[in-house]
Amino acid sequence: MSGVAEERGARAPWALTAPALMLFVGVLLIPLAMTVMLSFHDWGQYKGIEPVFILKNWYEIAADPYYAEMFWRTFRIAILTTLLTALLGAPEAYILNRMSGRWKSFFLLVILGPLLISVVARTLGWALLFGGNNGLVNKLLMSLGVMRSPIPFMFTETGMVVALAHVMMPFMVLSVWAALQRLDPQIENAAMSLGAGPVTIIRRIIMPQIMPGVLSGAIIVFSLSASAFATPAIIGGRRLKVAATLAYDEFLNTLNWPLGAAVATLLLFALVLIVVGSNALIERRYAEVFR
Amino acid sequence: MRRNGPLALIFHTLFVIIMLAPILVVCLVAFTPEGYLSLPTNGFSLRWFRAIANYPEFIHAFWVSLGLGALSSLVALLFAVPAALAIARYRFRGRDALAALFLSPLMIPHVVLGIAFLRFFTSAGLGGSFAALIIAHVIIVFPFALRLTLAAATGMDRTVEMAAVSLGAGGWTLFRRVTLPLILPGVISGWALAFIQSFDDLTMTVFLAAPGTETLPVRMFLYIQDNIDPLVTSVSACVIAITMSALILLDRFYGLDRVLAGKGDTGR
Repeated sequence: MSGVAEERGARAPWALTAPALMLFVGVLLIPLAMTVMLSFHDWGQYKGIEPVFILKNWYEIAADPYYAEMFWRTFRIAILTTLLTALLGAPEAYILNRMSGRWKSFFLLVILGPLLISVVARTLGWALLFGGNNGLVNKLLMSLGVMRSPIPFMFTETGMVVALAHVMMPFMVLSVWAALQRLDPQIENAAMSLGAGPVTIIRRIIMPQIMPGVLSGAIIVFSLSASAFATPAIIGGRRLKVAATLAYDEFLNTLNWPLGAAVATLLLFALVLIVVGSNALIERRYAEVFR
Repeated sequence: MRRNGPLALIFHTLFVIIMLAPILVVCLVAFTPEGYLSLPTNGFSLRWFRAIANYPEFIHAFWVSLGLGALSSLVALLFAVPAALAIARYRFRGRDALAALFLSPLMIPHVVLGIAFLRFFTSAGLGGSFAALIIAHVIIVFPFALRLTLAAATGMDRTVEMAAVSLGAGGWTLFRRVTLPLILPGVISGWALAFIQSFDDLTMTVFLAAPGTETLPVRMFLYIQDNIDPLVTSVSACVIAITMSALILLDRFYGLDRVLAGKGDTGR
């Protein structure tokens, strides 16, 4: 590096980052380590938390099929949400990209804007539309005589997947849209001039090139859905629990903190493994695209 | 490039309707004159907005959220601006690791952060306090503050600084009179985006908030747990309006597309 900064010597970058580094070590790394430790502590209804080192909580999670089922539900919902966002978000990003300048930026804003609007408000909208007999869509369809009973949405996995897909959709559109920006439109024209039909163009030209965008969007959507709290809590309530809502209940209702910490630790490590693993796979598979 | 066919436009229209429907419904129901959840078919009424005044919990939670968002974003910037300048300008050992650490709150599920902070602050005797909320929010908004400041610092024209140094400016004067004004749009946008993140966070805050320090999303969430009525839609409509104002501010200073593009990278 040249210029002004160099004169201040090699210690300058460390002096500048030291406050932030101390903050992160003190109030991020230490609390995280404490949480991992907490998952090895004992807990009883009357004795509270006992700071010992035992595998009780981990054994309970491994042995009780309730936890296996709950984690499986969490990941099933995350996978279905990811598929739904990819199936709808990728074509939408492609259509957006073909629009003319002003419409493109307008609709991009319309689709990405909700990203910054409260998740509680967005999920509430789904509850208003489909929530039981009072749901507006249900009311309308029932008064028209299309159905006799409301669409099952609240307290169902389908409802959770639909509402989560709505919440996560902007991430997918954004990710595919970024991949489309790297795509040369001339290749599409070249394929057309060589006699390729629209289906062939999409399958042989577009798909391979936007796949990295779809996959990196999928990683974002998957990891955010698997750890989502607000939407599963509002749609699923206490009846249909996922990892995040279960951890919440253990901490704030049952007060079994060590068990809740074990659930959270498992969720964290499972997600880190999945995200790092699939990132590595994608980068190897699509090395030429990222170059 | 080819134009979109009619099928593509139908798909696009449906897509946009589905994306907007839940948000529009919340805002419309907020104006209902009825005592129950319904679309305002018999004229608009502000009764549910006035009803907010009868629930001091919501008003109090709003002020907590506002103060928390403003303060934690400001504190985050105090730490993030020097860090961003160091990362943007120097190549030093551990630079990549530091950047990864500073962005890591984006990767860690907020439910895990909530649990970690609850455990930590309870042991430290700060459980449920406003101070604990501030510190926790500084950590979760830090990546957003850092990212936008970093972008501004990386794209900055360094020759102006050199000119200032050659004229005898140094240290604090150089920063206050030259560097800071140049990176200010990035810093303000970083503050606004950090504020929105703090203002919207439910998952982590729900673990830390106690009666008296409940934020608006937490209060809304706990309210919805018991019952859903038009009151919560009018509160939501207010929240949406506030977020929109912050977005307009962001767009003025920085360009919303750049902000959102930065947010899309968060999971990586």
